[in-house]
Amino acid sequence: MKQILLALLLLGNMATVSAQSERYIAAMTKQTSDLDSAGTFTPEALQQKGNTFERIADAEKNQWLPYYYAAYTQIMQTFILKDKSQVDPLADKASANLDKAEALSPKNSEIACLRSLVATARLSVDPMTRGAKFGPEAGAQLAAAKSFNPENPRVYLLEGQALLFTPEQWGGSKTKAKETLELALSKFAAFKPESDIAPKWGEAYARQLLQNASK
Amino acid sequence: MTKVFTPLFIFICCPLLSIAQYVISGKVTDAKKHPLPGVNISVKDSYDGATSKPDGTFSFTTSEKGEVILVAALMNFQTLEMKVNTGAGQQLNIVLKESASALRVVTISAGSFEASDDKKGTVLKPLDIVTTAGAGADIVNAIKTLPGAQQTNDREGLFVRGGTGYETQTLIDGMLVRNPFFSSLPDVPGRGRFSPFLFKGTTFSSGGYSAQYGQGLSSALILESTDLPDRSSSSLGLSVIGVSGGLEHLAKDKKASYGVEADYTNLSPYFGVVKPTQTLSLGPEIIGTSANFRIKTSSTGILKFYGYGNWSKMGFDNNSIEYPGNTESFKLRNNNVYTNLTYKEKIGDGWHLYIGASYSVNNDNIHTDTLQKNPAPTLIKVRSELSQGRVMISRNLGQFSVLRMGTEYQYAVERSAFNSYSANYTDNYNAGFIEGDIYITPSLVGRVGGRLEHSSVIEKWNLAPRVSLAYKVSNYSQFSVAYGDYYQKPEPQYLRVDRGLDYMKATHYIVSFQRVASDYTFRTEVFYKKYNNLVKTTPSYSNNGDGYAQGVEIFWRDRKTIKNADYWISYSYLDTKRNYLNYPFRVQPDFAATHTASVVYKHFISKIKTNLGATYSFATGRPYYNPNLPPDKFMSEKTISYNSLGLSASYLTNIHKAFTIFVLSVTNVIGNKQVFGYRYSTDGLRRSEIVPNVPRFIYLGMFMNFGIDRRQDVINNL
Repeated sequence: MKQILLALLLLGNMATVSAQSERYIAAMTKQTSDLDSAGTFTPEALQQKGNTFERIADAEKNQWLPYYYAAYTQIMQTFILKDKSQVDPLADKASANLDKAEALSPKNSEIACLRSLVATARLSVDPMTRGAKFGPEAGAQLAAAKSFNPENPRVYLLEGQALLFTPEQWGGSKTKAKETLELALSKFAAFKPESDIAPKWGEAYARQLLQNASK
Repeated sequence: MTKVFTPLFIFICCPLLSIAQYVISGKVTDAKKHPLPGVNISVKDSYDGATSKPDGTFSFTTSEKGEVILVAALMNFQTLEMKVNTGAGQQLNIVLKESASALRVVTISAGSFEASDDKKGTVLKPLDIVTTAGAGADIVNAIKTLPGAQQTNDREGLFVRGGTGYETQTLIDGMLVRNPFFSSLPDVPGRGRFSPFLFKGTTFSSGGYSAQYGQGLSSALILESTDLPDRSSSSLGLSVIGVSGGLEHLAKDKKASYGVEADYTNLSPYFGVVKPTQTLSLGPEIIGTSANFRIKTSSTGILKFYGYGNWSKMGFDNNSIEYPGNTESFKLRNNNVYTNLTYKEKIGDGWHLYIGASYSVNNDNIHTDTLQKNPAPTLIKVRSELSQGRVMISRNLGQFSVLRMGTEYQYAVERSAFNSYSANYTDNYNAGFIEGDIYITPSLVGRVGGRLEHSSVIEKWNLAPRVSLAYKVSNYSQFSVAYGDYYQKPEPQYLRVDRGLDYMKATHYIVSFQRVASDYTFRTEVFYKKYNNLVKTTPSYSNNGDGYAQGVEIFWRDRKTIKNADYWISYSYLDTKRNYLNYPFRVQPDFAATHTASVVYKHFISKIKTNLGATYSFATGRPYYNPNLPPDKFMSEKTISYNSLGLSASYLTNIHKAFTIFVLSVTNVIGNKQVFGYRYSTDGLRRSEIVPNVPRFIYLGMFMNFGIDRRQDVINNL
């Protein structure tokens, strides 16, 4: 009887552990489900989402995804904010979150992609003076992302984006952008996220960029 | 079994049963009671929390019971943790304080213009210097568009706030540069000897500078060299006046680098097409070389070497005004070597060490027959050598304050020969300084320091106190005041004649206000400078000269109003008089203009990858000496006003894999007549105008950089 009780007790404890994990999955699923929607892409909504991810991250402490998504929302804010003076503090915040994420999950292609975007965000503040520093850094992070996982479609999406928006004199090219974005889309088609809450953003954006590149 | 099941059921469902919901709500404001939106409020180590609304209010439910830690966090604010009882149901009033980093800590700013990438809130970027139209990528020419600097374009040097070019000192990584300009011909300014690309930070102080530096009565130009390059590269330049090439190598472990550069400039083909006002007799030719290495000795230590060697020769023939019908010739051969080795390291907690050493030598050989009508030309040789060492220790005090102290030693050998007559001397110069930047609050800082100096040739000590205060009135605006004494040895040409001379002295008083926002800068300064002990050459050599300078300066820079464009306007009003050298009494000196203004405009046209720039400079006429006037009218006549419009266009492109820039620049586009003064014959019957050698200079050049993949450089649209 005692043994059964003990076994059941253990079972009960395990149930609570997995319940907690279920709570994590549930919260993350809820927060990531509408991440790509247009309603999320306002500075306020992104900030709110970023705050939520940071709360989850700080409560969990051993999951890299909440830190990753917190950084993602902060980077996206930098691209839609009109006040350029906020870019550096947000980029600092995103970098700090990515550091924590990387400590939990080193050599992660997705994290390197976001680091490339952080460099791009910093560059956008003052391209004339910052180009020489952050341009190559953005490229280097993307190269690292590709070496960590050549099947990550977001690597090709960001490459295509850079090719599309870089003037031809500087090595940009619409035709190359088109090729790279088509490659990105084929990688998206083949890509299976590790879980429901793993990063999977960007397919719609890749299509939109491809339209621009095909013009 | 049921007996067992009941407690078990309760056990498993316990977490569920205990989920009673408690509401936590309230409002977040800053210290001035303004609501703060976007604050992340959470129960520590739980998912429960909310983001505050635009009115600062928040409300959420938590299942945590009893006393919990509530965390409120917002970017640029200090994160606040507080104990809250979830059951109390009270309305929380949370007040967040701005974090120190976001408070934009006040900095000492009176008298100084800083160009830096690293520091926030600087007025200029290093690239601004390179892209100023009409400046020809010369640091000093670009600085001349800032308030306080004069448009004195007939002699080399920076003439600041009623001071001569000699009164400005140039420093590279803390070490003095004795001859920062190419030796010049009479009436033609020499360019700076080093490329602006070598420096990551440039500080131009038009007065009130720190006790770390001395021996400049008016101004200091403080240059800080770059650290390790991002990657290896090589470069090639080609222009209408010469060629240049360079190599920079970064070690694989990215802990060391070296670089070499060489250039050759020959102006004679150019002057063959565009005839200068004077007739060419030698060169002008310049060979320049430079080398550097940088080694990271640890994660915090760096050893840097920078050195250059230059050889130049040039000569011109003029029609003599003394003896009409004759020509006078002037030929100059110069060589100059400068080396600079510095080491910086963090030593222990909050302590920093700096050690520097430098050796430089400059030789001028001049052949001239301008001085007398004499078949044998006069030979003038001037050689100056300078060895120097410098040690500085600094200590961080608290979060922002810092204490610096250091010592400096210079050994100078000054030789000169005039035909067979020679006059040489050596000088041992010692200095010690101590200075503290004391933050009373993050928005109020005081810099208090002093400098003690001794020169063996003068055989006297001097002690120069320096004080500055800066107070930040808002995030962007601050007031500063500065006071300081500045001593300087008289110029070698006077010291070698009379050794009884004393230090010259200037005392600065500066009040300034500046507002530096992200896309515009406004700055104004009022100054008063008192000169004492200036050198007099008549009736005999003495330190009986004196004078003053006072004025108002305004600077406005705007990067917002015109899209893709950036412009700045500077204006200086200067009232100065001095009695020095052979002046009979106090007058406005011949290098000072009352009103000086510059407008610098830069426009980037991204469609054609072209940078367009225009610089317009204006200065009212400068006094000149007319010997035909009675003595009481000394220096009472003035030249015509100075006007100059420079234009430049640079086109950025890629040739094969090389990042390439084409540059076209034209000085004095409109062709305004520029007269800097007049030279009279001894009898006063004839005079000649002092004018630029060529009224307009057209420069076309191409610069290629290999090995740097700059594809990502202009991703503006992301």
